[in-house]
Formats: sequence, structure tokens, C-alpha cells
Amino acid sequence: MKMRTTTSMLAAASALTLALGLSACGSSGPADPAADSDSPSMWALTGSSENIFRSSVEDWNAANADDKINQEFFANDAYKTKVRTAVGAGEGPTFIYGWGGGVLKSYVDAGHVSDLDQFLTDNPEVKDRYIPSVLENGVIDGKTYALPNNNMQPVVLYYNKQVFEDMGVEPPETWDDLMALVPKFNEAGIAPFALAGQSKWPNLMWLSYLVDRIGGPEVFQAILDGEEDAWSDPAVIEALTKIQELVDADGFINGFSSIAADAGADSALLYTDKAAMMLHGGWVYQNLKNDAPEFVESGEVGFVPFPEVEGGAGDPANVVGNPANMWSVSSAASDQQKESALNYLKDGLFSEEYTQAMIDSGAVPAVNGIEDQLAASDDKDFVEFVYGLAQDAPSFQLSWDQALSPAQGDAMLANLDQIFIGEITPEQFAENMNATLGE
Amino acid sequence: MKVRGARAEGPSAWMVVPALAFFLVFAVLPLLGVVFLSFTHWNGLGAITWAGLDSWQTALTDSVTMNALVVTLKIMVYSLLVQVPISLLLGVFTAGNQRYRAVLAVLYFVPLLLSSAAVAIAFKALLDPNFGMGPGLGLPFLAQNWLGSADLVLFVVIFVIAWQFVPFHTLIYQGGVRQIPASFYEAAQIDGAGRLQQFFHITLPQLKYTIITSSTLMVLGSLAYFDLIFVLTAGGPGYSTRLLPLHMYLTGFRANDMGAASALGVILVVIGLGLALVLQRLGGKNRSSSQLEGA
Repeated sequence: MKMRTTTSMLAAASALTLALGLSACGSSGPADPAADSDSPSMWALTGSSENIFRSSVEDWNAANADDKINQEFFANDAYKTKVRTAVGAGEGPTFIYGWGGGVLKSYVDAGHVSDLDQFLTDNPEVKDRYIPSVLENGVIDGKTYALPNNNMQPVVLYYNKQVFEDMGVEPPETWDDLMALVPKFNEAGIAPFALAGQSKWPNLMWLSYLVDRIGGPEVFQAILDGEEDAWSDPAVIEALTKIQELVDADGFINGFSSIAADAGADSALLYTDKAAMMLHGGWVYQNLKNDAPEFVESGEVGFVPFPEVEGGAGDPANVVGNPANMWSVSSAASDQQKESALNYLKDGLFSEEYTQAMIDSGAVPAVNGIEDQLAASDDKDFVEFVYGLAQDAPSFQLSWDQALSPAQGDAMLANLDQIFIGEITPEQFAENMNATLGE
Repeated sequence: MKVRGARAEGPSAWMVVPALAFFLVFAVLPLLGVVFLSFTHWNGLGAITWAGLDSWQTALTDSVTMNALVVTLKIMVYSLLVQVPISLLLGVFTAGNQRYRAVLAVLYFVPLLLSSAAVAIAFKALLDPNFGMGPGLGLPFLAQNWLGSADLVLFVVIFVIAWQFVPFHTLIYQGGVRQIPASFYEAAQIDGAGRLQQFFHITLPQLKYTIITSSTLMVLGSLAYFDLIFVLTAGGPGYSTRLLPLHMYLTGFRANDMGAASALGVILVVIGLGLALVLQRLGGKNRSSSQLEGA
């Protein structure tokens, strides 16, 4: 047993050492010899916008010998764990990649990120660059702590146009339309919806949209504010009931709770004609362009806003999703690092090439005045749709798992998973979640 | 053991110093740190504040913890029930000298070479209901909701764990069987004992300590299953495969409640120590399990 404890402790200790030590060796290719220890470091995510982040920093380093940036890339889940540990230990990067919301607030509360208000006052053009509702996402208690660094990612309803055409049906505009489509697709042997239930967070898109459509954004605001019994709101109960009705009607593909989103197995169901529709974030379009270019090029991918719920109090123009990802500047960085970082945020981020590269990848940057570039894009239909959706939305709600505190977010995803597989009732969900309010 | 004798025959006591230092630095100190953290509130970022028994209360009254404990015990018991007979029989079988047994043994031991994460990723792909082996082989029976059904998933997990660890225990049993003197069997044959009788009256009793050693490793191993299940199911669906180590990790690093996670860690250590002591008693004092777990 002693040996056993030693081994596991050793493993834990080594894991920590490894996690911290990794920051020393870059995953971004050969280290830049000119970038010394006082250069700002940047941790970014692999995936949809990786190439844009990469070439932006390469161009920046080539043009700004004094402000060179060390860049590294991480996979999403691994990054989330690593960055928090590193930031907590004061070993975080100068540029902290984030989602805003509850996690950003916890950094702010612990004093780990810099207040950017003075920088924005000195450089009004930076502030004016962004769409206000998206910029708002980096504001905590009236001060800006993070600036958007990529695209707006509202959750939209994707559908397979070919399948819809073959069946002679139209994409749903209301919840009743949606429910009426379910038996039709099932009879034809096509799953109505693809869903990566094992990853848990894709389930959340259904809940956040339904609650918003039925009760409006106030319902979630009450939850965020930690009001007593906020999860028992009739709109939450009705939304959960509707989800279970949809599950019971076989609305989701058989075995959905076995499907993981990381490898894109859910999108694959859509472009292999196994599923007719999929509710997913705006980033899926970028992934589809990579994974199934012929599906995108042939114009088979359709997209509509989430349907309206008859009699619901929420504005059907509201959207949920990720307004954008963001850069925060670590407060533990040296003055030199901070200065270089701010220079990049001012002149490197969303330079003309940056914005154009983002649009070319099928994404919509979170900045103003890009209508002409969007209209000239190969993916005009999609990017204009997303831009319009985000700009016209009276409310753009950040994904709940990011908006809530991590403790609540974790419990919510696990409980919602149980709703989808029918293990608990909406009332039990509300009761379990009410217990986490204020955590 | 007499001290006088040990001094005369054994190596100098000073030789234990490096190991002891290692043990203090990497086992005792972190353990004390965890015990301390379990009486605090800490979200991993801000200040650590004293919380008294708060975190313990959170950890102990949480229904998820109770559920995690039950899941852990289930996995432990089922793992024993599945793995002991299989690895015992395979061990006895592969202990023979025939060539075909050696070839088969090589095949059996292949899973031993793979990392848990690789095993989990491979099984996840195979078990995918839409793109996995079911549709791939055209066998609809195999296209079950293996990892997404609360009724099935525990058995899938136990199966995958067995797939990965049976080779290791087979190896232990193989070694155990080869230690049994051939004269025992020769004597039994002269007395007219059949194969079954030989197995039950010679092999099994002779393997008593091997069984205890192997079971100890299985039991303590199942208190530490983490990587395989984290990659395979992430504890889902719902909480159905969220066993104690995973619950500890998710509480600490996903929900960022280091206090409660530390309390869970202490509980794990206590359970592990308790079980190890019980199993050592079973094995008799001088036969304590001193092998390192190799897998």
C-alpha cells in the first residue's frame, strides 16, 4: 500500500510538474531565438481559428522586433484545466484565452487579469472596432478585462438541404413544426437530429434556447443572479419537459448519448445524410468546410435560427452561444510584457489581414463595418446570416456553462445529461440545481 | 524479526534513506497538504480561506459522492468477479510448455502494452453506434447505445477494464503456476487423480497467495481507475460511471472546489489503506504484497 500511495502521489506530483513544465517547451514549432523571457507569451486553442492566430503572430513578430510574442497551442479541454492551474500559480501566459462570463469573473476576483479601461480610453479606436454587445462580454463590474479575438458563434439550426428536398419538407419555424417533422424523418429512416450527448455541452444548446424562447432572457438572468429557487421557473420546467418530449418522440439519433463531439461525429451524421438537422454553434461551419468541403460547396448545408415557441415570452430574434472568445492580459506579466501585449491588441489583433483571413475561413469576426467583406465572401450566405443574427439580436446570451460559476456549470451539465436520458424529471432537475445557487 | 539478526545479516539501515526521503517528499508531504486543504475553501485561483469542516460536509452530504462510492465498489467487486477466474484459468493454461500456448500467450498479452488512453479511444471508436463496429461489420446487434445507456455502460466499463488488465494478472498466475513443483502432479497422477481433481486439490491451494496478491492489486487498482474511464465515458451518462477518483478530479479541476476535492482524496486514501490492511491480514503477515503494480 505504501508503494501504491507513493506511486500515485508521485504520479500526481509529476503531473503537476509536467503541466507547469510544459509551458517552457513550445508546441508552436521552433522557438523564436529573438523572443526572450521578457517577450509576452500567448496560449491559444487548436481548431477552427488556429491558423489565423498563428499567421497573425508570425506576421506581427516579423514586423515588430521589439514586441515579439511566444505562441503556443492547446486542445480545448486540456487548455481549460491547465490555464487555470497556471494562472492560479502565477505562471500563466501574458495573453490568456477565455470565454468571458463566470470564469473571467473568477480571474478578476482573484486579481489575475489586468483592467483594460485605461488602454481603451487612450485608444478609442480599439473600443470602436468591436460590436458593443460582444465587447460587453469582457466587462466585469463595469470594467473591461478582455477583448474579443475571433468570431461570433451564435448557435444555429443546421440542416441537410438534400434530405429536406427529398422529403418535400421545409425547415421548422416553430416548435410545433419541429415536432411535426420528427415522425416524418423517423418513418423515412433518417434521424431528425444529430446530437453529441456524451460531450454533455451540446445538450445545453437545447435548454438555453428553449428557456429563452419560452421565458425570455430574464429567466436565466435570475439564475445568474442566484435568486432563490430560480431554476424552478415555469419556463425552465417547460423547456425541460419539451426536451424530454422530443427525446421520447425519438427526435435525436439512436444512441445519441454515446456520441462525442470532439471528433466531429455529430457533424458527420449530418453530412452523411444519416441525420436531417443539428443544433450547434457557428464554429461548425468552419469545421464542415474542413471535414466535408463538397457538402459545403454544393450548398447542401442549410441554416435557420432556432424556432419560435408559440406563446413564449422570449423574442425569437434572441440568440445564445458564444459572442466571441477573448484575450485577457495577465496581471502577473512584467511591465515590458504588458506593454508589448497591449501593442498587439491595438495594432495586431483584427488587422485587415486578420479580419479577412477569418472571413475566408467561413467565420464572422466580432467587429464593426465588415459588411462589404462579408458580401464578397465565398460563404456569403452563411456569414451574412450569422452577422445579421448577432447584430439584430436583442439578447446574445453566453453559453450557460461559461456564464455560470464552474461549480454550477459542472452540476448543470451532469443533471441535464440525466434529463436527456430520462433518469430524472424536470422537477428533480430544478431541485438539484436550486441547491447549487450561489456556489 | 529480531533486530540483532537483521543487523548481522541484512544490509545497513542507512540504505533505506533515499527511499524514505523520496517517500516523505512525494507521499507524506503532499498527503499532509491535501489534509490541510480539505479544511479550507479554495477555488484554485484566489486566497485559501479556513473553512473548518465545511468542505467535509460538502463532500460527505453530496448525493453524488455516495453515488460515486457505490459505483467504485461495484466496479471493484465486478472486476474481481470477472478478472480473477479469467486470469486464473488463462494463467494455468499458458503455464504449459507447448508451443501453441506460447503463441496464444503472446496474443493475450498484447493489451498489456497499450496505454489506458489509447485503449479508451479505440473502444470509444469501436462502440460508436453509428460509425463503430456494429454498422461497420453489418451486425446490428453490435450497434447498441453502449456508452450512452445508464444500464449498459457500467458493464462496458468493466469489460474494457478486464480486457486491459486480465493479461497482467494472467502473467502473475502463470508465474505462480510455474512455481508449483511438478512432483505434486506426478504423485497425484500415480494416485489416479484426474485433471479437474489436480486443479482443485493442487493448483488452486498452491495459488492461494498468488490469488491474494493479484486480488490486492485489482482492488487497489480499482480505487485508482481514472484515465480509462475519463476518456471512455467522462463519468457519464449522468453520474453512472463517475467513480470516486473521477469525482475527485471533476470536483477539483472542473468545479474548482479544491476543498471538497481534497476531502474526497483523503477518503480515498483511508479506504485504500483499510482495504490493503484487510487483504494483508488475509495473506498472513509475512506474505504481504510487495510487488509493484506493473500495469
